[in-house]
Amino acid sequence: MGELLIFGFIFYNMQQEPNQLVDHLFRTEAGKMTAVLTRLFGFKQHETAEDIVHDTIYQALKEWRFRVPENPTAWLYRVAKNKAIDYLRRENRMAEISSELKPLLKSEYTLPTVVNFYFNENEIADSQLRMMFAACHPAIPEEAQIALVLKTLCGFSVEEIARAFLSNKDSIEKRLYRAKEKIREANIQLDVPVGNDMQTRLETVLQCIYLLFNEGYNSSTADSVIRKDLCYEAIRLCLLLTENPNSNLPETNALLALMCYNASRFDARIDNDGLIVLLQDQDRTKWNKELIQKGQYYFNISSAGNHISTYHLEAAISSMHCMAASFAQTNWKAILGFYNLLTERKPSPVVLLNRAIALSFAESKQAAIAEIKKLGSLQNHYLYNAALGDLYFDIGKTDEAKVYYETALKQTHNPQEHELLNKKLALTSSKPNTGRP
Amino acid sequence: MAEFLLLFRGAAAGHGPVLSPDEREAQMQRWMNWLGDLTKQGKMLGAQPLEATGKVIQGTRKTVIDGPFAEGKEIVGGYLLCKASNWDVAVEISKGCPILEHEQGTVEVRAVGQM
Repeated sequence: MGELLIFGFIFYNMQQEPNQLVDHLFRTEAGKMTAVLTRLFGFKQHETAEDIVHDTIYQALKEWRFRVPENPTAWLYRVAKNKAIDYLRRENRMAEISSELKPLLKSEYTLPTVVNFYFNENEIADSQLRMMFAACHPAIPEEAQIALVLKTLCGFSVEEIARAFLSNKDSIEKRLYRAKEKIREANIQLDVPVGNDMQTRLETVLQCIYLLFNEGYNSSTADSVIRKDLCYEAIRLCLLLTENPNSNLPETNALLALMCYNASRFDARIDNDGLIVLLQDQDRTKWNKELIQKGQYYFNISSAGNHISTYHLEAAISSMHCMAASFAQTNWKAILGFYNLLTERKPSPVVLLNRAIALSFAESKQAAIAEIKKLGSLQNHYLYNAALGDLYFDIGKTDEAKVYYETALKQTHNPQEHELLNKKLALTSSKPNTGRP
Repeated sequence: MAEFLLLFRGAAAGHGPVLSPDEREAQMQRWMNWLGDLTKQGKMLGAQPLEATGKVIQGTRKTVIDGPFAEGKEIVGGYLLCKASNWDVAVEISKGCPILEHEQGTVEVRAVGQM
């Protein structure tokens, strides 16, 4: 737990947002309580668990207006436990309970003890892991997995999820409904897998966390508060996986390292006006050294064993950037080497595009242009055209650069990207070449 | 697999020793451990403590008598219905019952009969 608190402070003190820290701890507790109550009742009664948590939070908001209790977490747990016990004692409720704990919840000898027991620290972590593996079951579509994780484990409201995904309440609700239906239909158990199962199931869980983090890190439209929350949640969930010996595998640590490295640049990437600051222009003193150190720490752990995952390679690339004293001192040869390994495992167009950009620094702009032009499937993506625009600009072919920038402008609706592309476009008409922004 | 009813006597509510909150919690924990193990083995079918007061309805006239109708230590204070392959196993299960931590505590084991 200590480790998570440290992350909370590193993460949120980056921009001194004390209120947000409190809000966030509140939300995290809601996620924990939902996981525990769902574990107690069985997934079929997941909505009941959510209702109890909702009532608990509502009661807290009402009563805390007059006096905030000394230990808010303990207060929340006590109220949630009592509500759960009341619920279970009410007539005819038992038939709906599907967990293996049912006989113990039915007996007055054990009901209070068992409810109490599952609210202890270790069991809370275990309940969250079980929920994570159920929500990230391969049978559930990826986008639904992320929505379900945010709703059940991170205490996000449907509105907040919609805001994070630039979607609306209705479609998020549909997504959640389908995911829950799938868990019920396929009778997915709230278990932490063991043995060989762990390896395959962990893959989907890590992928979901990776996407969750990228949604927060790269989504250029959602507001920065919610984006930071997504990144923090991804780190928190991955940290939970490292705390269980079964899921604490090298790739888990590699993903955690990758997220720490990238998160260290979170604030330096955006200037005071909310505009994107490119890697070459970032003030490296603004990079969060504590997160870089955390990244190093987990990256070292991840090197145990022989298996190299894509997370290892992406973490290695990110660490090369973190280590470089300046943009000019970046070890592009090494980065290109990691990209070459990465493309063998994950030859996605975006990876290939990034490899080509590394190539442009490690070898030559012309070679990079040739590589990018092979990526036909990306032609309609603004990143493709923006990258070509940059490269043509760098070799002095401003007319070509102009055409590519103009195409890129039509392919993104994000105001920050627009601002950046317009700046670049303006430079194509002002000679001599003074270097692109 | 046969079913057995275990009847606990000797520490019904209000008749057992007075416990501090900590002792009470420790006692609850022992019940939890015992019944939790049986649940894991799939042997637990149901268990409840019983209050010390009650009523007895008797005979064709259905006379209703208020309790208490037995001496304190004779009152049934709770029960467990469980599965066990034979008498030996049922007796072994009974030996784990926390009621036996009291000198007066007894567990009466009865096999579920057929009619």
